[in-house]
Amino acid sequence: MTTSAIVDMITVVIDGFEVSVPKGTLVIRAAEQLGIQIPRFCDHPLLDPVGACRQCLVDIEINGRAFPKPQASCTIPVEPGMIVKTQLTSAVADKAQKGVMELLLINHPLDCPVCDKGGECPLQNQAMSTGRTETRFEGVKRTFEKPINISSQVLLDRERCVLCARCTRFSDQIASDPFITLNERGALQQVGIYEKQPFKSYFSGNAVQICPVGALTGASYRFRARPFDLVSTPSACEHCASGCDMRTDVRRGKTLRRLAGDDASVNEEWNCDKGRWAFKYVTAVDRLTHPLVRNGAGVLVQASWPEALAAAAKGLKENTSAVLVGGRATYEDAYGYSKFARVGLGTNDVDFRSRLSSDEECEFLAAYVVRTSTTYRDIDRADQVLLVGFEPEEESPIVFLRLNKQFRKRALKVTAIASKLSIGVEKLKGDFVKVAPGQEAAAVAKQTLNAKSIILVGERACESAGLLTAVAALADSTGAKIAWIPRRAGERGALEAGAIGNLLPGGRPVADAAARVDIAAVWGVPSLPTTIGRSSDEIFAAVNAGTVGALLVGGVDPLDGLHSDDALRALDKAFVVALEIAPSEVTMRADVVLPVAAITEKSGSFLNWEGRARSFDAAVHDSLNRSDLRILSMIAQEMGTSLNLGTVTAAAKEITSLGAWDGERATMTSVSPAQAPSVSGDQFILTSWRRLLDLGTLQQGEENLAGTARQTVAVISPGRAKSMGVVDGELLKISTSHGSVTLAALVEDIHDDAIWAPRNSRGSQLLVNLGIGHGDVVTVVKI
Amino acid sequence: MAEIESFKNSDKDLQKVEFTQVDQPGSVGFFGHAKGFWVTFSTIFKKPETVEYPEVKAPTQERFHGRHQLNRHPDGLEKCIGCELCAWACPADAIYVEGANNTEENRMSPGERYGKVYQINYLRCVFCGLCIEACPTRALTMTNEYELADDSREKLIFEKEDLLGPLRAGMLMPPHPMYPDMTDTNYYKGDVTQAHPSQDVNK
Repeated sequence: MTTSAIVDMITVVIDGFEVSVPKGTLVIRAAEQLGIQIPRFCDHPLLDPVGACRQCLVDIEINGRAFPKPQASCTIPVEPGMIVKTQLTSAVADKAQKGVMELLLINHPLDCPVCDKGGECPLQNQAMSTGRTETRFEGVKRTFEKPINISSQVLLDRERCVLCARCTRFSDQIASDPFITLNERGALQQVGIYEKQPFKSYFSGNAVQICPVGALTGASYRFRARPFDLVSTPSACEHCASGCDMRTDVRRGKTLRRLAGDDASVNEEWNCDKGRWAFKYVTAVDRLTHPLVRNGAGVLVQASWPEALAAAAKGLKENTSAVLVGGRATYEDAYGYSKFARVGLGTNDVDFRSRLSSDEECEFLAAYVVRTSTTYRDIDRADQVLLVGFEPEEESPIVFLRLNKQFRKRALKVTAIASKLSIGVEKLKGDFVKVAPGQEAAAVAKQTLNAKSIILVGERACESAGLLTAVAALADSTGAKIAWIPRRAGERGALEAGAIGNLLPGGRPVADAAARVDIAAVWGVPSLPTTIGRSSDEIFAAVNAGTVGALLVGGVDPLDGLHSDDALRALDKAFVVALEIAPSEVTMRADVVLPVAAITEKSGSFLNWEGRARSFDAAVHDSLNRSDLRILSMIAQEMGTSLNLGTVTAAAKEITSLGAWDGERATMTSVSPAQAPSVSGDQFILTSWRRLLDLGTLQQGEENLAGTARQTVAVISPGRAKSMGVVDGELLKISTSHGSVTLAALVEDIHDDAIWAPRNSRGSQLLVNLGIGHGDVVTVVKI
Repeated sequence: MAEIESFKNSDKDLQKVEFTQVDQPGSVGFFGHAKGFWVTFSTIFKKPETVEYPEVKAPTQERFHGRHQLNRHPDGLEKCIGCELCAWACPADAIYVEGANNTEENRMSPGERYGKVYQINYLRCVFCGLCIEACPTRALTMTNEYELADDSREKLIFEKEDLLGPLRAGMLMPPHPMYPDMTDTNYYKGDVTQAHPSQDVNK
């Protein structure tokens, strides 16, 4: 409903008070507007009404004709002339509610002391407000075996369930993962799973969060704390670019759980299981606590801060240096890296893309992404959505939920250009345009869109030459909006902060002299470097060639790139200053290691794919770790230059003072698509993406979460399977000159020339194992 | 509302407060003194109440609020389920509890949950006994022990080991399995009276 549309307002009387609400509003919502709380369990504003729990009974009269019995206020929309009496003014409604509560409590166990929901339980609260003080029930309560695992991370206590069907409705209506349902009838009715298909939803945590009793609980939070132990901090999710609003609950300096926050314009009230449960990486690993400096004997030893900073400054000053910042940095930290490269090191060699990337992408980002804003709201209004190099459910789950919402609401047309039909697109009943890996550009060019359409471009689009050119051309010719959705939370912020070779902060092109003057004036430096900076891969190559001598590396996994051998060799060779939270491939090879604060220990913000700021405060306050920004300022100081970015607030202020670039936008040079490699015999073209739950660094230490990861399989088409004589489950060996992986086969809808495998799952780390990316040829044999 | 606004501090002139003379008591006279001293005099012939503490320790009243104790079921399993209701009830925030999951290999109490960490800070405790009232399993009770002085803050934070009651006859040191064919409900009803030989897994 748009704000400009004329809305029919209906006036009703609730408990003697008049209230005007839009037509179609439920009585329970109208009462909320007056501040009248009607007790409820099954009602949820984002789920379809069901009237399952009967707790919200009220007396209703329409134009003088009363309903013979109390009605469930969560299923009845307001009508003109309606007079509603809630438990506050109607003895009948009050008695009905008390009766329902008594019935609900008959079979509810008295195990609140061992129940995780105790203290924040709607049933407890409403039993206090609406229930009797003493039970009249003398029989034996119905019991079930408890608890049962409905997945490795969700536990079900069936005897606590009040059969509100929130969990089953969520799974069905919001996530489209209908693996749980209500079984049996009467007193034995219970939530059950479909035995052949376990409850492996990426969104199962939401069912736990909206359960109004302790029937569904999370395995990792089980028995860990009570609500009064926890200090809650509003936060933002650091896992992907969806930008969920979150709440982090900390007990004694340790994060115990994270819940989805309520932001109607972004994640509504949902989030994905990764955002909810993958937070132990901060505590599971041995954190770096002290600076380390490589001594004369080549061993990393503990050092004091002044000593380490001096060593870092000396090494960076004496060499030609470059900056590599991973896609996980906050907006402010990325700005710090960007400014440090230009002011401290006098170079534009800074790149946030610690993954597969291309120069075409660089130009695409400068020309079509930076400073633009396509939003979730645009998805709500789009007439069709084109997915290019993007698998929403795996790579940005909240975007998937939004697409799914619009698909369910108004059959939003979704078209996916890919080699393999993904589970997410299947759920969205999307048009699957099947292309051979690397040949996406031609398919994009054939699409018919209009100005109301949206093209969602994933970060993987850069892996197919010419694809971004085709996307840009399509958007130019049709007026469709482009939204670039990277996987990592910090990438959009880093782009806006200019942590990339061809852009300065605020989307100012490096090549534009006026833009350089702009920034130089604010930064108080005479001039800025003019040469366009290199990409991560080029920087590593330059180190190996001897033209770059030192690297400042923050939050980068060198194994995420296509040329990981080159990257490791470069890290071995160069003087490396590493800013990290825990020991890694980079810190092992670094000359100076500086420990930094994890997300929970610092404040800051991320820009999600929309470019919307998602700011957060420190959840843990007694940490001694400093943010990247602070440490960069200290190194700069030591080098004799000044960043003047002591705090996040200072950085945020400076970013605001820079403002947006109002000059010419950079343009893009077209890149033509690569020729399709010819495959024959046992050859396939590889296509892959990362799954939501895989071997990602930020998912370390969370076994329960890993238990719901999708199976690692190699997907081939029915035609090829037949010719190879392969059926589901048989092992396939995928090999290149670099190495091989052996995976179970799965025959699915995929291009005949293509084979799909997850990029970073257990047993299938393709970049490391095979050393190739999207669109390259592999040899596959059945074993 | 209007009345409140019209009231101002300046309306109250402290100088004008009147003090009234209070009658002073006069002399009590001889009999008055004699009556008073009689209490003193008669006490000379009574047995002294003084106790030579610490050599002699007089027993307290039965319901004296002393140091806490974490009780055990008759087979040795702990009664505490780590529910934190004691910590919730505590007005002085003296109790810290962390619950944990019982497993077949490591069972400390009947049922699903046990108290993994249990601390009472006796520098904070006011011995009000609200924790005892809150405990749903009678795991926490108070003893009559009152000698709780010590020379450091650390020593006055009692851990679970300090608070757990001793193993009595028929009890086995947990972790060990539950009594065969008994549920946690049976434990609470008192159906378990001593450990079963099969529970002695360390034997």
